Amino acid sequence: MATLTINGEQHELDVPDNMPLLWVIRDVLGMKGTKFGCGVSQCGACTVHLDGKAIRSCVTPVSAATGEIKTIEAMAEDPVGSKVQQAWLDLGVAQCGYCQGGQIMNATALLKKTPKPETGDIVNAMAGNLCRCGTYNRILAAIERASDKEVSS
Amino acid sequence: MSRSEDTLLLANVSRRGLLKGLAGASALVLAARWDMADAVEKAQFGAGAMPGGWVDNPNVFFHIAPDGMVTIVNNRSEMGQGIRTSLVMVGADELGADWDRVKVQQADANQEKYGNQNTDGSRSMRHWYDPMRRAGAAARLMLEQAAANQWGVPLHEVKTQVHKVVHEPSGRTLGFGELAKAARELEVPGRHDLVLKADTDLRFIGKESGLINGKLKSAYPKAIDGEDMVTGKAVYGADVEFEDTLYAVIARPPVYGAKVKSVDDSAALKVTGVQKVMRIEGAGQPAGFSPLGGVAVVASNTWAAMEGRKALKIEWDNGPAGDNASYTTEAYRKSLEKAAQSPGKVIRENGGDVEAALKAADQRVSATYYMPHMAQAPMEPPVATVRIKDGQAEVWAPVQNPRATREGVAGRLGMDKKQVTVHVTLLGGGFGRKSKPDFVTEAAVIASAFKGRPVRLQWSREDDIHHAYFHTVSVDHLDAGLDADGKATSWRHRTLSPSIASLFAQDPKHIQEFEQGMGFNTMPFDIPAIRLENPPAPAYVRIGWFRSVYNLPHAWAIQSFAHEMAEAAGKDHRDYVLDLLGPGREIQNLTVGDGWNYGENPDMYPIDVARMRRVIERATEEAGWGQKTGKGRGLGLAFHHSFVSYTAIVFDVEVDDKGELTIHRADIAFDCGPQANPERIRSQLEGACVMGIGVALKSEVTFKDGVAQQDNFHNYLIPRMPDAPKVIRVHLIDNPTDAMGGVGEPGLPPVAPALCNAIYAATGKRIRSLPVGNQLKG
Repeated sequence: MATLTINGEQHELDVPDNMPLLWVIRDVLGMKGTKFGCGVSQCGACTVHLDGKAIRSCVTPVSAATGEIKTIEAMAEDPVGSKVQQAWLDLGVAQCGYCQGGQIMNATALLKKTPKPETGDIVNAMAGNLCRCGTYNRILAAIERASDKEVSS
Repeated sequence: MSRSEDTLLLANVSRRGLLKGLAGASALVLAARWDMADAVEKAQFGAGAMPGGWVDNPNVFFHIAPDGMVTIVNNRSEMGQGIRTSLVMVGADELGADWDRVKVQQADANQEKYGNQNTDGSRSMRHWYDPMRRAGAAARLMLEQAAANQWGVPLHEVKTQVHKVVHEPSGRTLGFGELAKAARELEVPGRHDLVLKADTDLRFIGKESGLINGKLKSAYPKAIDGEDMVTGKAVYGADVEFEDTLYAVIARPPVYGAKVKSVDDSAALKVTGVQKVMRIEGAGQPAGFSPLGGVAVVASNTWAAMEGRKALKIEWDNGPAGDNASYTTEAYRKSLEKAAQSPGKVIRENGGDVEAALKAADQRVSATYYMPHMAQAPMEPPVATVRIKDGQAEVWAPVQNPRATREGVAGRLGMDKKQVTVHVTLLGGGFGRKSKPDFVTEAAVIASAFKGRPVRLQWSREDDIHHAYFHTVSVDHLDAGLDADGKATSWRHRTLSPSIASLFAQDPKHIQEFEQGMGFNTMPFDIPAIRLENPPAPAYVRIGWFRSVYNLPHAWAIQSFAHEMAEAAGKDHRDYVLDLLGPGREIQNLTVGDGWNYGENPDMYPIDVARMRRVIERATEEAGWGQKTGKGRGLGLAFHHSFVSYTAIVFDVEVDDKGELTIHRADIAFDCGPQANPERIRSQLEGACVMGIGVALKSEVTFKDGVAQQDNFHNYLIPRMPDAPKVIRVHLIDNPTDAMGGVGEPGLPPVAPALCNAIYAATGKRIRSLPVGNQLKG
């Protein structure tokens, strides 16, 4: 039996301790914003926040998720998250969009920790999030926009 | 509903590349030409030649609710190219709809109703722009007629403004919603009664918006799925939700064509949540779009199914796989390199005797290039949900080819296709992988064992890389003879790569017309003696489309080699290739043996050397070509014509003493003729640039004894943010007169050669084998 707090809601779940948080979120709770991309912490599509820190839910056993979990579905209510989302929309970042929830979660965690990151900080922080459509330049520009830095070419 | 013939004809033909040069002709002549061209096009070329053809009936695509909400049906799959925004925008603009009161309905698989839905070949906009404009114009005319009827005024006194029809003399207006019911009851006007909007009346089509080379112009019109994508609400293949879903994964034979010899499922069945283990019969070779077979594990959630699969003990029988079981990359590459030393099947021969010219040359340049297998690896791995109930199969899946999906499921289950409904979800990337609906048929086979319950089949990333429909593997060997001035006198190109045709029939071991036409026989250089050959190359794995397909190896080899020739001649690369291309002219495809031309009419879409020259000139100008670069820094150029569009790229790169590569900037010049949605064209070019950097630097699948050696993103490498250029600039060529070209794919082929040419300019190191990997380090 696991107790999870996700987006402010508490869930009592009868799932194995070692079940990855990703599959609990997707298959047990039916929340589909958090994506499966690799299952081995290589792509970042499954990124969620655990106590404000970006984690890969595909390799996080549900038993280790003791804390406040936030998913992409909660970011519209988050002051930093919503700013990041708006920057994404303003700059037309998404192509297929599949990885973008994870990108936004990672970017939001970065800006919560470092509100005014240098370009190099952003590139380093985002290196673990893959986008096969190749939207990296717009992701970078959107994070800079969300941090109130002028968008540069 | 009749308009003056002259007005409508002039309005409709003015933008057609087809009629270029006929501006002085009378409306009557134009009309005759239009009809003829239309008829020919239907029979042989373009959208009309595709299965299902085109449809422009407004009642198929437009629905207006009494509250004014306009629903536009999108019949093409959305995989990141933005077609759900761009094509819908075309219809909404022509109709006169307020963008905030437009929503999209995704068409189910039904080519009889919606026309061709196979989202592939960079065709969506170039095939559907005209039908969607006509459908929009017809819907608008019906609204105008309904208003004229209601007011009892002549049609020519009413006109459409944004989301309403107005009668200017009296100042009366009626909203689209108020007119919808009456308009729907009217007869659909004939095509020749339609007047398309003048360019000056358009609000969205062809208008620049959004982010332009780092500067934000405007964010309007907003992307249809934008908000859903950033809030986690967008529905992809795995996101359809049911109460009673079962979750499945499949253990597939590691070698193409192998079968299950025996399976011990006792441990798997003990895994918590596992409900059933079942064998899936594979179709054998060639596999086409059929399942590979194997053993399925069905469970109460995806993870339990994956854990159950780990616990299976399967013995595979490699007998049916034949030679596939000894397919090893290193040996195969050597065999192709050896075969490249001997003459092959002659694909094209122009001008004089190539062998004699090579012998007589003052200087001979020779090189061999290699490009490996790659997996498309869309971020969303293949996934599908199928429910079979009451003799009907219902599918929810991210597929590029809805018709093939429907027919594949029907065929395997022995159903009529009318019993199969395919709902197309958003695709989390496609890149050609989701053109092949094998994964949907797999899900259907499993679902048929659980009647009434939806079954979701999930591919893991390992499944996706091990069992891709791989990009071909290629060796290209080129020889050129140069005269004393360095001018090319002869060109001999041998290309070797297994053909996609091997997927559907006995392996032809030679590339087919559509593969040759991807930059091999369409090579545009003006050289006195040319011979193109294709020695045999057998296939041992499933070969399939990967974004840009055979253009990738052909552009890589030809564009690298042209640079090597320029170096040998001691000439500036740009000047040299402009000279190789020769003067601006139109090369009719048939004269170079290309009877394919991406399915398009070669009279409308010849190989246009002037357009090729123009993108080269633009990209090099923008990049500051010819300026001095510092030590370890250089500019590299490549260009390519594919999917009836033209691309040139210049990279500015730096390589430090440790061999670390920095890509400072990419300048991309692109000419696709008229631009429907420049904003998404830019994003496609930016994305293709980054994906192409992966092709150049990182991505490779190798085989040992028929088994793919890469598993996941730790050893199948694709670009990450640090790999992207610091700056990507897209320079769109303003060209409203030529016919519309493709956008999704043509950005990719010149990326790898341009990057490697830049690396050479920076370091003097010539890359002839991809990926670059560690070649710069020592």
